[in-house]
Amino acid sequence: MTQNSLGDSAVQMAVHAQNNGVAASITHTQPLWLLAEVTYRCPLHCAFCYNPTDYDKHTQNELTTEQWIQALRDARKMGAIQLGISGGEPLLRDDIEDIVIEAKKLGYYSNLITSGVGLTEKRIQAFKDGGLDHIQLSMHDITEEINNFITNTKTFELKKKVAAMIKNHGYPMVLNVVIHRYNIGHIKEILEMAEALGADYVELANTQYYGWSLVNRSQLMPLKEQIDEAERITNEFRQKVGNKMKIFFVVPDYFGNRPKKCMNGWGEVFMIVTANGDVLPCHSARVLPNMQFPNVRDSGLEYAWKESPAFNKYRGTAWMKGPCVTCPEKMNDLAGCRCQAFLLTGDAESADPVCSLSPNHHLIEKAIEDSKNPVLASQPIIFRTDKNSKKYVAGDKERVEEFHALP
Amino acid sequence: MTDSTIQHSDVFAIALHHRFQWEEAQQSYVILFPEGMVKLHGGAGEVIKRVDGKATVGDIVAELKAAFPDANNIEADIIGMFEMAYGKAWIRKVN
Repeated sequence: MTQNSLGDSAVQMAVHAQNNGVAASITHTQPLWLLAEVTYRCPLHCAFCYNPTDYDKHTQNELTTEQWIQALRDARKMGAIQLGISGGEPLLRDDIEDIVIEAKKLGYYSNLITSGVGLTEKRIQAFKDGGLDHIQLSMHDITEEINNFITNTKTFELKKKVAAMIKNHGYPMVLNVVIHRYNIGHIKEILEMAEALGADYVELANTQYYGWSLVNRSQLMPLKEQIDEAERITNEFRQKVGNKMKIFFVVPDYFGNRPKKCMNGWGEVFMIVTANGDVLPCHSARVLPNMQFPNVRDSGLEYAWKESPAFNKYRGTAWMKGPCVTCPEKMNDLAGCRCQAFLLTGDAESADPVCSLSPNHHLIEKAIEDSKNPVLASQPIIFRTDKNSKKYVAGDKERVEEFHALP
Repeated sequence: MTDSTIQHSDVFAIALHHRFQWEEAQQSYVILFPEGMVKLHGGAGEVIKRVDGKATVGDIVAELKAAFPDANNIEADIIGMFEMAYGKAWIRKVN
């Protein structure tokens, strides 16, 4: 799973159409996008996964099929229309077929976000019959070596087989490729592969640093020059293929001067229900301190979205402090990402350090410098495994604490 | 890139893998597709809802002119909407 894969483009368009991109009314927001992270179990062990490093403690108390169906109904009533079924690897649950049927009945545009592991002819046929609208497949590289290395599995051949299966069943081919140091030199070949597979949409998602990818940041981050070159190649390819294959290039925020408008605003359009029923406004919100997130087992989604203190905490601009609160650009990015601000500075209400106006911007510059440091870059990658996650749960946070660089 | 000039004889359909539907909660028509959606404001929705793979652009212009007799110069707006929708690949040409 990648954080980038969840429809930046979708939300941009939706919000754009809503209010011409100007300050959406914070009291009349609607959860247009429901992301169902149905399980944190995953056969892959990707070094860049945004899932929480302590995911292991959420693998034993997953919601039941009935609870998922109720969540789908409640969110739809509130206006949710795009449904992402994600994880972990959603196919590890055997009730995705039931969830898909319900989604169709309710009028969602549904998307299965998968590594492809566990997708069989029988299951894909059931998804098609049930009305699943599309399948987004993660691909990692054109080389078997890098694919198998970064996912810590032998899944290269399988992914090609699954891609063909998706195409044969008349699904749009949506590929998501997370970009990092190990594959950024292969952008042209990756795009050629996508074209050869008949891809309709390709998302080149530069790694963003949360969860496991933050732990492995120094080992994953490419150079600015490599990103510029990758973007140039992507633009050239776009010219060539035109509308036949839509290519999204998600620019990494570390190399910009201003932060991203994370999730298009806290509690504005996205609602995530996690495997254990916690309701979050963004993928990694659970890292934030002193927050009590609502859970579908205790209170419904309507309470979560409209009433819960967690969803209201960072809506709008009232919570901001300097330099954001007086910044003429604050509506452009709403001070960036709360999780990134907390993970890097220890203060969730400070400006996202990606912003060059942030007093903590040097932390980003340091991270970029660190990524060029051969000693740090040669540290072993910590893969997303149950064993490593158990260590984080048990409090072995050595590699995480490093990032709290401020007193 | 395909030529995006719109002719009155052109016939369009909603693009493959796209879905057009009314959304009660938004009180508007939307087009849904992988990774995205667009919300169509009143006039735009009226145009796209008539795109069915059979009606020509000319038919749709005539129908809308009849339906909204008070609107001035809507033909240019309708053609503009077709240009945008085709340029964005929300609709495909079938003839």
